[in-house]
Amino acid sequence: MTGLGARLRQQLVCFWLQLKILMFSPFEGFLAVLFPLMFATSALLVYRVNNDPDAMLYAGIGAAAMGIWTSQTVSATTLVQRERRAGTLELVVAAPTSFSLVLLPITCAMATIGLYSVVATILWDWWVFDIALHVEDWPVFVLSILMATITIALFGFLLSVSAVRYRTSWALGAALEYPGWLLCGFVIPLDLLPDALRPVSWALAPTWAVEGMRAAAAGESAWADLAVCGAVGLAYAALAGWLGVRLINAARRDATLALS
Amino acid sequence: MTSTRIFFVGGLMSYRALFGWMNPWIFIPSLLVSPVCQILLFAYIGRSAGVGDDEFYVIGNALNYAAIPCMFAMTFTIGGERFAQTLGLVLATPARRIPLFLGRSLPVILNGWFVAMFGVVVGSLLLDAHIPGSAWPLIALVVAVGSLASTGLGLVMGALNLVYRDGATMGNVLFLVLLIFTGTNVALDDLPGWMAAIGRCLPLSHAIEATRMLGDGATWGAVQGLVGTEALIGLAYVAVGLATIRLFEHLSRAGATLDQI
Repeated sequence: MTGLGARLRQQLVCFWLQLKILMFSPFEGFLAVLFPLMFATSALLVYRVNNDPDAMLYAGIGAAAMGIWTSQTVSATTLVQRERRAGTLELVVAAPTSFSLVLLPITCAMATIGLYSVVATILWDWWVFDIALHVEDWPVFVLSILMATITIALFGFLLSVSAVRYRTSWALGAALEYPGWLLCGFVIPLDLLPDALRPVSWALAPTWAVEGMRAAAAGESAWADLAVCGAVGLAYAALAGWLGVRLINAARRDATLALS
Repeated sequence: MTSTRIFFVGGLMSYRALFGWMNPWIFIPSLLVSPVCQILLFAYIGRSAGVGDDEFYVIGNALNYAAIPCMFAMTFTIGGERFAQTLGLVLATPARRIPLFLGRSLPVILNGWFVAMFGVVVGSLLLDAHIPGSAWPLIALVVAVGSLASTGLGLVMGALNLVYRDGATMGNVLFLVLLIFTGTNVALDDLPGWMAAIGRCLPLSHAIEATRMLGDGATWGAVQGLVGTEALIGLAYVAVGLATIRLFEHLSRAGATLDQI
């Protein structure tokens, strides 16, 4: 098998194996869907008080993507810690496949759970709140969701390598959940946020993906938003690749890799 | 005397040993940063939707978040003992169950109170929500009653944890139930009737309503009925929790399933 073929096989096998593990985990499978779904429900209940269909549609579109963010925050930050607890971290680090290429398909599997959450939330919005999505450009809308999924997976990749030496990283992941929902504008217009927070929103790839989803739904061009989204996602990947090598090398040098 | 010692000393020791969130690396992000972020999230949703004012969301979400430490800590008093392989020893002691488990709940109530009050204070400062100075002592009292009621529900969860092992998932699901049904972000009057009816049987609903009234300048006389109802609901959950612990303790001994992880 060629190098590229072997690499692709490793990515696919790792992705599929991790997806199966996640799907059977009550915490990372079931709860990763239920938690954002119920927060979306709470947000939509607030919007429903004034019964404004446009506001409901606006919130409904963004709420659908909340689950992709949730699928990464806690799960990705605890990824390395889980390997550590299972006693497999040293094996993964010592494997000939680079550490980054092991983490990437795992975060992609997590994001796939988020993709399931999108479908569940859209159906839930329609069933419970009678929000029928009026989307002018379905192919670009779906592409925006996929871009959100991929770039959030890359953000999860960055989170997972950044938390290599943070032993209680799940707390960091849990604390990132609400700020992400707020700063990415999933259920509120970004214009409402203080000016000082705008650059933080712009640095988060899902912000642009959600803008793309809304533009596609309204029949406007989403390509500029998606281009920025892709660029920010690639920046996450580059930074994670760079950090991954340095943090792992530092942990190996100081013999702290297995400490938990 | 022994029961008093078990209540106070045993409760404090158990809390320090089992409540992993005492670590500042966990406590600060989980119990100080997260509630404030939840408050900001829903305050901005409220602004975007043109529903309620900031004070409404500050109080609702700060009290709602008290449920996290209250419910999880009580669940961990069972799950944590099992994980440490000490549950059998705890249940084999001749110590009376009421001081044993209620003693564990006292530090939990205090912690839940602190987390909720932190949320109310910091949320009010960040969003410039005005709560009259004279209302704060009564708000502190009502929040304490709300924490007691949440801890009562946590005791029920702790009992269920004897037979259902995944306490973390169960705790999160119940937290979501409280978020939706207790009027945290939508007043009970604006919820569908069946949801409001469920909400009125849950901890925190009445405490949230009473705290909002105090924040709007209501007197003790106007809220004492709500506070009394909240306290009764909390005590009912405590009673159910203690009875359920006794039942499941018996079942898990009979089935030899006590230490299964």
